[in-house]
Amino acid sequence: MHAIRSATAGTLEEVGRLSAFTGRFFQSALSRPFEGRELLRQCYAIGYRSLFLVLATGFIMGLVLTLQLRPTMIDFGAVAYMPDMVGIAFVREIGPMVTALICAGKIGSGIGAELGSMRVTEQIDAMEVSGTNPFRFLVVTRVWACILMLPLLVVVADAMGLLGSYFIESTRGQVSLALYFNRAFGAMAIGDLVPATVKTFFFGLVIGVVGCYKGYYSAKGTAGVGRAANSAVVISSLLLFLVDFIAVLAADILFEI
Amino acid sequence: MKTPRQHTDTTPLIEITSLTKSFGTNAVLRGFSLRLLPGENLVILGRSGSGKSVLIKCLIRLIEPDGGDIRIMGQAVTQLDRASLDRLRTEVGFLFQGSALYDSMTVRENLRFPLRRHPERAQGVAEDSLIQTALESVGLAHAIDLLPAELSGGMKRRVALARTLILKPRIILYDEPTTGLDPITANEIIQLMLKLQQELGTASLIITHDMDCARVIANRVIILHDGINYAEGTYSDLARSRDPHVRAFFKDTNSPYHD
Repeated sequence: MHAIRSATAGTLEEVGRLSAFTGRFFQSALSRPFEGRELLRQCYAIGYRSLFLVLATGFIMGLVLTLQLRPTMIDFGAVAYMPDMVGIAFVREIGPMVTALICAGKIGSGIGAELGSMRVTEQIDAMEVSGTNPFRFLVVTRVWACILMLPLLVVVADAMGLLGSYFIESTRGQVSLALYFNRAFGAMAIGDLVPATVKTFFFGLVIGVVGCYKGYYSAKGTAGVGRAANSAVVISSLLLFLVDFIAVLAADILFEI
Repeated sequence: MKTPRQHTDTTPLIEITSLTKSFGTNAVLRGFSLRLLPGENLVILGRSGSGKSVLIKCLIRLIEPDGGDIRIMGQAVTQLDRASLDRLRTEVGFLFQGSALYDSMTVRENLRFPLRRHPERAQGVAEDSLIQTALESVGLAHAIDLLPAELSGGMKRRVALARTLILKPRIILYDEPTTGLDPITANEIIQLMLKLQQELGTASLIITHDMDCARVIANRVIILHDGINYAEGTYSDLARSRDPHVRAFFKDTNSPYHD
């Protein structure tokens, strides 16, 4: 009983600290000075350097999804609806969620380890004593970069997923790329696109904030850095599912999807 | 061999009165006081874990003190807002024990970083020229495009010192400047610190348990024991002390740097 109480208190404390950290981010993110140069560098590091992974994963997910769906669609005589089905599935859920989970693994752990290592080797303190606000320079830029880059990566993953799906379809029958994409986008409504796009900004926020929080307050020593990177992935993955659930629920109410 | 330069100005650059800091039930500082005079090299000696590093981190609010008064160049540090504190910090250089170079940046970028934040400190001099001069003053002009990972421990310490100097601080805080270095490199760092004091007239607060460093560099020594300034004087005064806690520091000093 004591262990449960202590674990609950610990979790609540962590939630409180993470919430305060997020509040501090918004407070700093919307006020001057802006670290534009560092933001661009982080956008490149977070966006461009994750691009290949997202391209490959999106394409493979498109291949796999189509291969898995095809027999059932044939059974129902609905194989002509394959582009509609894959398109909606990718745009609404698979693209955002798979991309976010990949980014939580790659970007979240990277940020956690980098900032953790900077904390342990006193680089963050060095920044502080040189009269620079390390929170603004390190945290705000990284979180903004995640918020801005994740939606773009999701668009790329969606496009690659459809391309992968088209690749399988084109080997099984005669269908043109233009027709395939026309069918896929023709089946989508505003209620599919808007909530799916909006939630990716929140996914970026979650990955950036959790990665930065774990790294910025990393415990001393190399073990502390390892724990920061690991828990950044675990916590952000859990939160991504929670945010996704809330986003789907909100979309269901607002757009009656 | 260089010797520390003596100064006559008695208006303190740093004045600490009754500083206290605890971590949980562990009272690390229990009323520590000091005055650092212009151009002076003041060494704080203490055993590992005695709170030396906590003391200098409290000075520039990397750690928030629990109580007491800290004044740097007349300003009450604990009452400054963020902008004023950042301005004051440009007057106070800090050399970290592990050098704390930004490992994703080259030596040039490490030195450029504080300059870009505080361009007013360049006083109209070109950025590249300041970087070159700072690196030349520590004898590492050739390392300008190297990454910290490509430098030895002694070189890192020198680059960190150059980065500290680039904003032309009036005070430099050294946290264990010779720890982890071989005796020859440690002596080079000590001589460099003396050279900087003599050429630039900076005041230095040096945290160490390296007795050779203390003996060569100190105008004055304070022994931090039990959270207070336990003993204070010149190196030779303290070396003659009969107090067992003071004697414990001096009993095995046999230095290759003795005059």
